[in-house]
Amino acid sequence: MSGEGVGTARSAIEAVWRIESARLIGGLVRIVHDLALAEDLAQEALLAAMEHWPSTGIPENPSAWLMTTARNRAVDQARRRQMQAGKHQELALRSSEPSSGVPDLAAAIDEDLGDDLLRLILIACHPVLSTEARAALTLRLLGGLTTAEIARAFLASEPTIAQRIARAKRTLAEARVPFEVPRGGELSARLSSVLEVLYLVFNEGYSATKGNRWTRPELCEEALRLGRILAERFPREAEVHGLLALMELQASRLRARVGPSGEPVLLLDQDRSRWDQLLVHRGLAALARAETLCQPLGPCTLQAAIAGAHARARTAAETDWPRIVALYDALSQLTGSPVVELNRAVAVSFAFGAAAGLELVDALADEPALASYHLLPSVRGDLLLRLGRRGEARVELERAASLAQNAWEKALLLGRARASLGATSPGRTGESGGDAAAAPSSTPGLASEPPRR
Amino acid sequence: MRVMVFVPGDENSEAGKMPSQELIAKMMKFNEELVKAGVMLAGDGLTPTSKARRVRFSGSHRAVIDGPFAESKEIVAGYWIWQVQSIDEAVEWLKRAPFDGGIEVTIRPVFEPQDFGRELTPELRQKEARLRVEVERRSKP
Repeated sequence: MSGEGVGTARSAIEAVWRIESARLIGGLVRIVHDLALAEDLAQEALLAAMEHWPSTGIPENPSAWLMTTARNRAVDQARRRQMQAGKHQELALRSSEPSSGVPDLAAAIDEDLGDDLLRLILIACHPVLSTEARAALTLRLLGGLTTAEIARAFLASEPTIAQRIARAKRTLAEARVPFEVPRGGELSARLSSVLEVLYLVFNEGYSATKGNRWTRPELCEEALRLGRILAERFPREAEVHGLLALMELQASRLRARVGPSGEPVLLLDQDRSRWDQLLVHRGLAALARAETLCQPLGPCTLQAAIAGAHARARTAAETDWPRIVALYDALSQLTGSPVVELNRAVAVSFAFGAAAGLELVDALADEPALASYHLLPSVRGDLLLRLGRRGEARVELERAASLAQNAWEKALLLGRARASLGATSPGRTGESGGDAAAAPSSTPGLASEPPRR
Repeated sequence: MRVMVFVPGDENSEAGKMPSQELIAKMMKFNEELVKAGVMLAGDGLTPTSKARRVRFSGSHRAVIDGPFAESKEIVAGYWIWQVQSIDEAVEWLKRAPFDGGIEVTIRPVFEPQDFGRELTPELRQKEARLRVEVERRSKP
């Protein structure tokens, strides 16, 4: 490692940590059966690395070094505990009885490590936890994000997130959640809980529900990375590929989605030459895999197929709206969700005219789940505008603005409300509503539609 | 961030010789690790430059040159595109690659939208394109 100064050594250690930490914690959980303890041990190993590596250089097998160090700490701690308990610690340590209180660490270490990362994902996303707690724990344990970074990502205070993570660990311990990787049907059920979390994280990055930034690409990247890992581990799980396809396709539009001052640019107004073709390609490939694995399509794959229909249209005018309507029909039947129904209405308005869309939207007027959902009046306002009913449109758009929580979205809606009375090309304004509600694939609304199998 | 990793060619790759079975097996394992970690977005090996072509631009003239191209040190024999959090992470991954024999492999970060800042807006890109045309026009004798 000659030629590396202390500063670069430090960033190199951080890079190793990024690569190894999740597997390390997952391996430690397998041995010590305690998530909080596993995380502490891993942190101690990191501190030891920070202490030693700048002078010795990064070892050839950093992962083994970290694991050995953490394991030694675990043995030390077990010894100390036994001493405190006044037991015959030496005897216990020398005995190979697993019941002796000191786990048979050496043997455990030699086990297949392949499942350690998966084990950690499944624990972090355990259904006994709330979705928010799962998301925070996942970002912390799998993404290696600090509490401060997670707090920033979710626009919560640091103590709130710290508390949420601590409580989640306690809940897992109290519920005596088993740390084995389940098999068969139970694994499938647990996977859907993971997909839900990944989609929540992705969506929060894709169209932040609150705050001053419209997108948080770093959250999208983290969700995508975990989605890619999962797809590799579960080549036969259609919905894993479906969710990955959905995320790849949506992420392909990230840079076209933000204007020069940070304002949102909606799907039908985007410069499609700026879509990331590598991600489009990967997304369509993942979609094809999902479609061959399972018919009829699951909810994630259906949403991905809708995103795929947009990705295949070279211009907004070439969008295959009838196909998108058909996909929404299937999704609506599957989920029965009013948010999906609202998106379907927008697709219908582009396929068969604004009046047909408005009819469907009006049927949703009394839907309690949408009572404070800003996209309902937003869509309604756009449709009214396209029908030339400007006064009514303005009222709806203003209402939408008052309900929106993201600063950019609010501004966008207010601008449309102001423009509605003087609008000379109502069609254009109407179209721009496309992404906000129409494009299922890109709507914040779907955040409230976690994928379920 | 996204990086592109360039693997240089040598006499063997230029001669179209495949690496040893052992190296291929190791490389496959390394690629598998990259994919499993969600790091690899794309990657390929490239055929010898005897199959390559170059197009040389000069004013409105385009000259097509057939390979092979000499100076194998500058020849790229393969590439990866990785998604990583930092170039340090890319370095740590690359260190694990089964290369040997004094080979030097280069990591180049891809421009991110924020690197361009405002230049990437459609209006400014159009402006820039117009400017380029103008410069081109003026620089002509």
